[in-house]
Amino acid sequence: MTDLSVSLPQARPSLLAPSARMRRRNAAERRFRLYGLAAIAVSLAILAIMLATILRDGVSSFTQARLSFPVTLPAEVLDPKGNRDPAEMGKVTTIGYGKVLTAAFLAELERRGIAEDGVGAKKVAELISKDAPGTLRARVLADPALIGGTIDASVFASGRIDGYLKGRVTLESAERDSNISPGQLRLAQKLVEAGMLTSGFNWSFLTNPDASDQRPEAAGLGVAILGSLYMMVLVLIMCVPVGIAASIYLEEFAPKNRWTDAIEVNISNLAAVPSIVYGILGLAIFINFAGLPQSSSLVGALVLSLMTLPTIIIATRAAIRAVPPSIRDAALGVGASKMQTVFHHVLPLAMPGILTGTILGLASALGETAPLLLIGMVAFVDNYPAAPPEGILDPATALPVQVYSWASRSDPAFIERSNGAIIVLLVFLVAMNVAAILLRRRFERRW
Amino acid sequence: MTPVHLTVSVLAFAAASALPAMARDQIQITGSSTVLPYATIVAEAFGENFDFPSPVVEGGGSGAGRKKLCEGVGETTVDIANSSSRISQSDIDLCAKNGVAEVMEVRFGYDGIVFASDVNGADFALTPADVYNALAARVAKDGALADNATAQWVDVNAGLPAQAILAYIPGTKHGTREVFDVKVLEAGCKDSGAYDLFLAAAEGADDKEKDGNAKKACIELRKDGKSVDIDGDYTETLARLDADKNAVGIFGLSFYQNNTDKLKVATMSGVVPSVESIASGDYPVSRPLYFYVKKAHIGVIPGLKEYIEFFVSDDMAGPEGPLAEYGLVSDPELAATQAAVAAETPMGPLE
Repeated sequence: MTDLSVSLPQARPSLLAPSARMRRRNAAERRFRLYGLAAIAVSLAILAIMLATILRDGVSSFTQARLSFPVTLPAEVLDPKGNRDPAEMGKVTTIGYGKVLTAAFLAELERRGIAEDGVGAKKVAELISKDAPGTLRARVLADPALIGGTIDASVFASGRIDGYLKGRVTLESAERDSNISPGQLRLAQKLVEAGMLTSGFNWSFLTNPDASDQRPEAAGLGVAILGSLYMMVLVLIMCVPVGIAASIYLEEFAPKNRWTDAIEVNISNLAAVPSIVYGILGLAIFINFAGLPQSSSLVGALVLSLMTLPTIIIATRAAIRAVPPSIRDAALGVGASKMQTVFHHVLPLAMPGILTGTILGLASALGETAPLLLIGMVAFVDNYPAAPPEGILDPATALPVQVYSWASRSDPAFIERSNGAIIVLLVFLVAMNVAAILLRRRFERRW
Repeated sequence: MTPVHLTVSVLAFAAASALPAMARDQIQITGSSTVLPYATIVAEAFGENFDFPSPVVEGGGSGAGRKKLCEGVGETTVDIANSSSRISQSDIDLCAKNGVAEVMEVRFGYDGIVFASDVNGADFALTPADVYNALAARVAKDGALADNATAQWVDVNAGLPAQAILAYIPGTKHGTREVFDVKVLEAGCKDSGAYDLFLAAAEGADDKEKDGNAKKACIELRKDGKSVDIDGDYTETLARLDADKNAVGIFGLSFYQNNTDKLKVATMSGVVPSVESIASGDYPVSRPLYFYVKKAHIGVIPGLKEYIEFFVSDDMAGPEGPLAEYGLVSDPELAATQAAVAAETPMGPLE
């Protein structure tokens, strides 16, 4: 009897009360979900921190302090010969125009009775950007009739004054700053109250060319945006036909043998080659061998094309492969030739996928700096490239390059500009990615 | 090369040959990142005031710039190389080999190298010997060479703050490092007596070789993390100082002058670095700045002669000019440089 009681099976565990093992399994699953959520939270937090820092440091570059005051243009200084001949007037340098501007500014301050103790004429003149004389000179040379009259000039305030209006420069930091004094800031405050110093949206940040270290307030992205635009258009022109032709041949026509396998492996490998390698290749082939001009958008576009092509081919082949064989069979069945099948049926159906792949490839090319470093595009370029087609041989920079070169300048105002350039670059990238998603949504067909 | 690549290359050549062959109409400049801000200031003013387009200015380093200059003659090669150290014999040989026969050397001013720490930190009054004793691998101790074991600046010199030693110095690819090695470490090595000990222990066939080996030993830095090489530019050093307020960094004078609200400068042998003290020669750690011009390109590239004349003119490189305002120490012999540039005098052999 005792034996029986021992061998009695234990009470069956209830389905409602989980066993210890069940609890462990459930806990493991809950933990796993939590890990997943935590991973997403971490990546989102990093992204948020990155965007927040960039926006915090960069948004201010879209506003800019300007000084407005009337300037009388004395004929005896700006046109000593008096014949209004631009060639003769060109002999007056920006130094001469700087003096005219300073005199006009001082006269206006005197007229309004604005002054600050301990801020002499030289210190007052420092409030005006060093870019202003050049702008005024260009304006006068373009329209010599202005000489002798009075014009309303609106010029940049110097970088430190701009920083003061944005809160980057304070009375406290000015104490230790050799480029600005607290007196100058107090004077700037008076100018703000008098309405001569105002802050507004900074279009010139998007249109001006780069500027030297002494005038961060005048630096803009004009040349970089143009350069990036030229390069993207050229990459598109060069990559899309080549990429699509190569993909169609490989997918639809090429026999499956050792050679096509080798090509396939090579294309996948090329997509993974670090971009700097393409820069070295570009320097050797396009500049040293083919003799194309350095720093030009054409060479940049060729290098970026080499880099983007494998990505485009891979995306295009995937899109072509996704078109069901029944479509091809049906077309061939009603008597279409192989080429008609491809161009009338396969390619239109694969187009959304090809477009998406191309746009994503272009977006990665847009953000690329490393290969451009080697072909001389990481440079100070002050002149806009000319209109295409000649313009593609002119020196230009690119958006990511401008971010890089501004980040290494000594004046803190350039750090703000650098972050502003990142914002512009991100806007372009987001726009391209959104376009890719929309195109896919709009045209994609599912079978 | 895959067929794809071949196609692209063929396309590229086709595109290149289809476009009209155009002469380059802007000056190409490359070289030292220390000279880069000065060159951009001049390039910008040049574009504003002359009917030529602004030159294209690249950075990348003095040595790399001189090598590019010596690649050959022709429109695809650069016209000017900026340099924060003097051209070397190997560069001149390379130039000669590639057909760049005449190069003009233009010295346009001086640049100071300063030690600076966080603006709210302690004051530093350094001497080359202090720096040597704090950062060198082996120092003189009680008349013998010993591994550097100092942990705080106060261990080096009782007048310095009781603060852990940590210095950010430019990496070896920078021209600044060369000046630091020669003007600070070597000088400190001699002042502290370590040089004599190195010389006594040095191996070599003759005195000259021994001297060379002793100097090499002098510029060896400690490797226990108290001296950190920075391969990036001064903005990186500034960011490191911001992260570690106890550290001391090395900057160019112009960089310091643009960031005086964040940095406190150290005196060297009792002299405060400034444009004046460097011009007078009182501040010991300074170096000349040069640019090298390919003479064969003058008259071929439009505006080249005008640019170099404009660069060394009193309006630009003079003591009242914008370059001096940015931190350049004006060359007292600028008039001689102007005359040499006007006469297009090529440089002779290195003495």
